Amino acid sequence: MMRGRLIRRLFGSAMTGATYGAAVLAILPLAVILGMLLVKGAGSLDWNFFTKSAVPVGEAGGGFAHAIMGTLIIVGLACAVGVPIGVAIGIFLAEFGGGRLGFAVRFIADVLNGVPSIVIGIFAWTWLVKPMGHFSALAGGIALGMILVPILARTTEEMVRLVPNSLREAALALGYQRWRTSLQVVVRTASAGIVTGCLVAVARVAGETAPLLFTALGNQFFSTRIQGPMAALPLQVYLYALGPYDEWHRQAWAGALVLIMLVLALSLVARAVVRAKRQHA
Amino acid sequence: MPRLATDGLTAWYGSTSGVRDVTLACRENTVTALIGPSGCGKSTLLRSLNRMHELVAGTRVTGRVLLDGYDIYEPGINPIQVRRRIGMVFQRPTPFPTMSIAENVAAGLVVGRAVSRTERADIVERALKRAALWDEVKDRLGDSPLELSGGQQQRLCVARTVAPEPEVILLDEPTAALDPGGAAHIEELVQELKREFTVVIVTHNLQQAARVSDYTAFFYLGELVEVGATTKIFTAPAKPQTEAYITGRFG
Repeated sequence: MMRGRLIRRLFGSAMTGATYGAAVLAILPLAVILGMLLVKGAGSLDWNFFTKSAVPVGEAGGGFAHAIMGTLIIVGLACAVGVPIGVAIGIFLAEFGGGRLGFAVRFIADVLNGVPSIVIGIFAWTWLVKPMGHFSALAGGIALGMILVPILARTTEEMVRLVPNSLREAALALGYQRWRTSLQVVVRTASAGIVTGCLVAVARVAGETAPLLFTALGNQFFSTRIQGPMAALPLQVYLYALGPYDEWHRQAWAGALVLIMLVLALSLVARAVVRAKRQHA
Repeated sequence: MPRLATDGLTAWYGSTSGVRDVTLACRENTVTALIGPSGCGKSTLLRSLNRMHELVAGTRVTGRVLLDGYDIYEPGINPIQVRRRIGMVFQRPTPFPTMSIAENVAAGLVVGRAVSRTERADIVERALKRAALWDEVKDRLGDSPLELSGGQQQRLCVARTVAPEPEVILLDEPTAALDPGGAAHIEELVQELKREFTVVIVTHNLQQAARVSDYTAFFYLGELVEVGATTKIFTAPAKPQTEAYITGRFG
């Protein structure tokens, strides 16, 4: 009996150890990537990096200001396009998506979720860039927005479905119309989850490179004109990482670090929103 | 004329009936208790009285429900209008978590006639007083309702239900999820509510039915077995099934 207990304890410890090991294994890549970015990129992060645009090779003091601004503008455009449509589709799916139309929309969203982002880029190039005759930040924003739509549709649907049916019934029993129940009670209750879903999805598309290659194209100069080509962090990193100059490589590392910090900041904001909402709610 | 009455009411789930051929009348300013073992159809009946039953897919209702003599199932009658006149409180407290305490109470006013800001504040105060909750929350009307205890949340739901001035209030096992103290509060409240409203309460608790109601209807296997004055049902029931149930021999 004593022996049986010992074996059981040993087995328990071994399995606990294994789960810890698995957790470390899961975090390890993130730690390695972050560490490498810090080591290689942090050195190039200075005031100039955030305030100056690219300078000709050989000249000192160039920065990524144009790319940072570009990413903010393009991601902002993507949100303007993708968030309302995606969230609206999600609400539709959760509240009225029981029928055949709901099934079809859900299926299409799932398929779109699996489409490689470069295909979205080609699509945007064919339907936006070619007819307009030139590359533009607008096309880039719309391409990223198209990636946002299916992600947001499904996460919004999940969040709205989490709202207990008893709240819906309580609102209907007060004489609320169906739409008012959906918007003022159900969706409002799910809003913290929806906002989190948006921020996470935006963080994901902020790092997309492929769809921007044929749309926003990239730009070595500071530009806020959305009808024209515009730089973006992932594009600039891609360009500089492939270039032959050491200075470019250093700046590419720094750009990647800024990009990942931006994504990290968005995730932290998402968590803060959830916590604030929970405290209020 | 009774305030609320049913006439040959049958509520269906698909092709099976949850409750069959019920004819019942509830007079103004009285409390009618619906009692019976689980699954006897009393909650189904209650949900048919304000057209909540039909919200579940595949359900329908036959027969009539008369509010002040008018059939609420008549074609052309809007169920939303019916629900504004017949309020409902559920088994579990259902405060809206994103609204403050005051906003919760005023939630039903949003869909009624337009009210000014001061009028709204007055209505909120009056509703909270009628729900015996005012003194406990008057200093924190802007707080989240989730900070209240379960019993307070349920009284908040009562306040939310009375604020738009319905004519009838339906209570679906309103104390089932509460501790004894919270339950006692709600029972006192029911006595207050009947001064202004017609009250129908579903309860599993026979003592509660005896304490709060004027009339009691006993349901068994989807049928209305017996209905009468509460004192009569509990002391001299006419049907043997009723007697067996209230003396605790089954159910």
